[in-house]
Amino acid sequence: MALTNETIKDRLTAKFGDQLTHFEEPYGLLTFEAPSELNLKVMQFLFDDEELRFQFLTDLTAVHYPNQPGRELAVVYHLHNLTDNIRLRFKVFTSSAQPDIFTATQLYSSANWMERETYDFFGIHFVGHPNLKRILNVDEMEYFPLRKEFPLEDQTRIDKDDAMFGRGPLPAAANKGAVETPMAADQPTFPAHGTPGVEGSKQDWPTNTTKL
Amino acid sequence: MSTEQHIKLPEGSIEKTTTTLNLGPTHPATHGVFQNILELDGERIVSAEQTVGYIHRAFEKLAERRPLYQITTLTDRLNYCSSPINNMGWHMTCEKLLGVKTPKRVDYLRIIIMELARISDHLICNSVVGVDSGAFTGFLYVMQYRELIYEIYEEVCGSRLTTNMGRIGGFERDFTNTAFEKLEKFMAEYPAVLKEFESLFTRNRIFMDRTIGAGPISPERALNYGFTGPNLRAAGVDYDVRAHQPYSSYEDFEFDIPVGSTGDCYDRFLVREGEMWQSLRIIEQAYKKVQEFKGAEATVFHADVPAYYLPEKKDVYTKMEALIWHFKIIMGETEIPPGEVYHAVEGGNGELGFYLISDGGRTPYRLHFRRPCFIYYQAYSEMTKGAMLSDAVIVMSSLNLIAGEMDA
Repeated sequence: MALTNETIKDRLTAKFGDQLTHFEEPYGLLTFEAPSELNLKVMQFLFDDEELRFQFLTDLTAVHYPNQPGRELAVVYHLHNLTDNIRLRFKVFTSSAQPDIFTATQLYSSANWMERETYDFFGIHFVGHPNLKRILNVDEMEYFPLRKEFPLEDQTRIDKDDAMFGRGPLPAAANKGAVETPMAADQPTFPAHGTPGVEGSKQDWPTNTTKL
Repeated sequence: MSTEQHIKLPEGSIEKTTTTLNLGPTHPATHGVFQNILELDGERIVSAEQTVGYIHRAFEKLAERRPLYQITTLTDRLNYCSSPINNMGWHMTCEKLLGVKTPKRVDYLRIIIMELARISDHLICNSVVGVDSGAFTGFLYVMQYRELIYEIYEEVCGSRLTTNMGRIGGFERDFTNTAFEKLEKFMAEYPAVLKEFESLFTRNRIFMDRTIGAGPISPERALNYGFTGPNLRAAGVDYDVRAHQPYSSYEDFEFDIPVGSTGDCYDRFLVREGEMWQSLRIIEQAYKKVQEFKGAEATVFHADVPAYYLPEKKDVYTKMEALIWHFKIIMGETEIPPGEVYHAVEGGNGELGFYLISDGGRTPYRLHFRRPCFIYYQAYSEMTKGAMLSDAVIVMSSLNLIAGEMDA
C-alpha cells in the first residue's frame, strides 16, 4: 500500500497528539507545524518509523515574518520518503530574540551546511551543531541579511562613490539643467522604501554596511 | 651563541609533520572559485576543509524585490552549464503557483531544450574529468559539439550561456525551421562523436586506473549527505526527479535511468555517459512527437496566461488590452497570488528545487533555491580522506561542482 498524506497525518497524530498543528496540503504537499522544541523528535520519528521512513532531507531553510511577535522565524524542513516517493514539509516557529532550534545533523549529514546557511542568513542558533559558523558570507558580518529588517540597497542613492560603475557625482557640465534629486544628506544610509511589510525598524538598521 | 629563537613559532608547530595546502580558490584545477584547505601527509590527504561563498551574490535576497521575470536571469547564473533547465524549472514553479496548464507541445519543446542542456552539462563534466586525468584531447574535441547545442539555444532565445529562455507558460517565440534543422544536424552528428569520446576514455587503461576507486561513496552515505542526480545514481540509488515526480510530461517518454554501484569517479563518469545516451533518446522521441502535431496545435508555443505572458509586439502597438498587460508585466506591477510552493526539476547535478512563498505582493516573499551542488559538496572531505592529492582534483571535477550553483 502506498503511503498517502492521510496515513502520514494519522500516524503523526497518533504519536504526537494535538501538538502538531496546521495540517494543510498546498499543491498536494502535506504541510504541518510543530512546536520548536519538538523538531528533532518529529524528525526522528519520521526517520525511524518503519512505515514513514522519511530518510532524505531535501531542503532546510528559514523564513522571517517580522509581524508575528514571538514567532518571527520559521525553519522549514522538506523531507522525502524515497521508497514510497512522497514528500512532506514541516515548520517550526521560533522568536528572533532567542532563536534556538535543535540541530538535525545527527540524523542527516546534509543538514550540516544547510543549517550553517540558515544560521548565516537568519541567525538561527542550531543547538548541538558541530560547526555553526557563517558559510557564504564573510565571518566579520554583524547582521543576518535575509531578515526583513535588512533592506536591499536603494538603487537611486547617490551618496556612494561608485563612479567606476556609472554612478556617483556627475561632472558639472552634464549636471546642468538636471533636476536635483532630494537625497543623501537628510536620509539614513538605507531609505525606508523598498522593504515591504517592515514598519518602524529604522533604528535597527546596521550603519556599517558600506564598509564591507 | 644565543639559544633564543628569533622567529617565534606557535607551540607545537615544530613537531608538525603534515603540510597544509590551499587548493584554490583560484587554482585552475578547481574549475571554479572555491577553496579546499588540505592537510597532507606526503601526498596523502589527512583531512580536507571546504570553503565556499567566494561568488555569493545574494540571489535569494535580490529575488525578494524582483518581479517573476527578473528572477529568471538570476536562475541562469546558478548552474551556468545548463541554464535552460534552471530557467524552465523556475517558470514551472511559477506555473505551479499560478495554476497554469501548459499545452503538450510546449512540454515537448521544453524537454528538447532541457535534455540538450543536460547533454552539454554532462559533456563538460566528463571531458573535464578527462582533462584532470591528463587527457586534453577529448575536452577540445567535444567543445565543437557543445557549440552545436549552443547554436540551437541561440536560435531559440538569442543567447548562449546565460540563456534567460522561455516565459511563464511557454516560449517567447516558436521554434524556427532553422532551429529544427540545427537540432536534426545535432542528432545526426552527435551519436558518432559520443561514441568516439567513449572509446577514448571508457576502456582506457590510464583513465581507468586514475578513476576507479577514486572518491567512492556508499549509497547510504550518499543519501544521508543529500546527494541527488548522477552522483547519487553512481552510488546505486535510482532516484531521478524526471521519473519519480514527472514534470513537463516526462511521463510520456521512455528512458532508462543508468545507475552505478561504487559511487567512485569512474561510475560517475559512466552514469553521465549513459545519461547522455538517454537524453538523446528522449530528444528523438520528443522531436517526433512535436512533428506529429497537426493544424492549430502545431503552432502552439505558449499557454494562454495574459497576466504573465508578454503579448506580441504588434498587438502592443495596436491593442489597448495588450499594451496594458505589456506595461504591467515589464514594470512588475502584477500581483502574484498568495501561496507556498516547492517544485523540483532534475538539473544537471540533481534535484534543483525552488521553494517560493508569495504573500500576494508583486515580488516573492521568500524564494529559496535547493542547490544540489551546495548540498553534496559537504561530503567532499569524507570522500577524499586518505586519498592522494591528485585524486582530490579528479573527485572535485567528477562531482561537477559549479561555483555559481554552490554560492547562489
